[in-house]
Amino acid sequence: MDIDPTASIARFENVGLRYGLGPEVLQDVTFELMPGSYHFLVGPSGAGKSSLLKLMYLALRPSRGLVHLFGRDIATTARDDLPALRRAVGVVFQEYRLLEHLSTFDNVALPLRVAGLREADIKRHVEELLVWVGLQDHMNARPPTLSGGQKQRASIARAVIARPNLLLADEPTGNVDERMGYRLMHLFEELNKLGTTVVVATHNEAMVRELGHPVMRLDGGHMSVSHGTKYQTSNVQMGEF
Amino acid sequence: MFSRRTDLPLDKDALSGFLPWLIAFMVFLAALAQAGLIGLDELARRWDSGMAAQLTVQIPSDSEASGATDTRRLQKALNMISETPGVMHAEVVSENQVLKLLSPWLGVVQATDVPLPRLIDVELEPDVKFDARVLQQKLARTIPGTQVDDHGVWLARLIQMVRTLEALAAGVLALILTAATATVVFTTRTGLTVHREAIEVLHLTGAHDRYIAKQFAARAWALGLKGGLFGLALAAPTLFVLGYVADRLQAGMLPDMSLPPLGWASLLVLPLAAGLVAGLTARYTVMRNLRRML
Repeated sequence: MDIDPTASIARFENVGLRYGLGPEVLQDVTFELMPGSYHFLVGPSGAGKSSLLKLMYLALRPSRGLVHLFGRDIATTARDDLPALRRAVGVVFQEYRLLEHLSTFDNVALPLRVAGLREADIKRHVEELLVWVGLQDHMNARPPTLSGGQKQRASIARAVIARPNLLLADEPTGNVDERMGYRLMHLFEELNKLGTTVVVATHNEAMVRELGHPVMRLDGGHMSVSHGTKYQTSNVQMGEF
Repeated sequence: MFSRRTDLPLDKDALSGFLPWLIAFMVFLAALAQAGLIGLDELARRWDSGMAAQLTVQIPSDSEASGATDTRRLQKALNMISETPGVMHAEVVSENQVLKLLSPWLGVVQATDVPLPRLIDVELEPDVKFDARVLQQKLARTIPGTQVDDHGVWLARLIQMVRTLEALAAGVLALILTAATATVVFTTRTGLTVHREAIEVLHLTGAHDRYIAKQFAARAWALGLKGGLFGLALAAPTLFVLGYVADRLQAGMLPDMSLPPLGWASLLVLPLAAGLVAGLTARYTVMRNLRRML
């Protein structure tokens, strides 16, 4: 299944999400993410930031409403086509979610291996990327022996190795010091300049103000969007459906 | 269908340690059941084809007749039998041989101690329909009391018993296969639960269900093959010992029940079959269970 590069990256229409019989954690969320945009996703703890990201990286299905990813309605997409959509989404998890029995190299190589690339190509790509994120000396190290920052960088490398169209990062600065936090944000900006659409969920309001990208704000399960102060205009459109 | 490299730590499962042992035990039992099945089938076929083309004619002993008269009667019967169409060969069973055949029941006796019937072994031409009753009537008219035993009745009963035992052995094999499959399903499901987190990461990085299933299948195939080889290694000496004991018991009481070379060769298939069943079962279980995940 091919991804249409001109289609909107993600489109949510009146999306609601509840876990089991509990209350809705997301209510009537409606927005559209256009290609090449960079957004922060903010809100207090429990506002539904991680749940929204999970819907975007297809770890959950909405309880109601429509979710379109790369122009495809998720509800009607065949199970066999989901892996191709997921390969177009890179995810930096809050708890890294590296596989502890695999080396840094193998963790980062994972998206390429599941995509069926040749081992020689995988080696070349992974080694280049590990140099770029400064982990070239830790290729054979296993995650338990890495520091928080190193794990975070390995996690980012895994998220971007397959050149995803959409990069989602859930609290990427939560477990690293401020300096490392800014370095990661600049790394995401570099990727954004290369054409990757980026959504970063964060609590760090100061950083959000300073970097000036458009902001999607979740509060009590409802979403509002404010335009950023940076040159870029918000590519989030709301309530136009 | 199977893959050698794995992204999941399947080697570290406690259950992976048990699976080869369980499969070894099942392959051991399966090898015994299969050897029994093959041995019995061979026996039934031998009886069916060999002994069905044989007759035994029994001429009762006449206590009042002299030895010379007995010999004349025997020769007369032998001539009549040999001249009957469909008979390929007829031969008198010596008194010593008759005594030997009866020794398990009578012990060591002399021909003069008991009135022994005289026996004639008759070999029939194969594929010729022979009516033993006609021969019986013809002989009885000349030598009263003569019996023709075409082995049919007791042979049919024996073959029926052997076929029943064969069905039992096949049933045991089917039960073992079911138990092996259930064991693999259980261990695979446990593996899916244990590695749920890693499987989710694989899914989220774009892995197809079949990519994950391949890894489980490869592991189950390797463990099944390993267990199967171990089970066969245990079964082979057991079968040799059983064969040896049966040979010693034989002494005219039991027919030859040794396993033919093809039978031994068929046992070599068991470890491969164990690996294949384990691999395919694991693959099917994973594919079925992953369908429930997003």
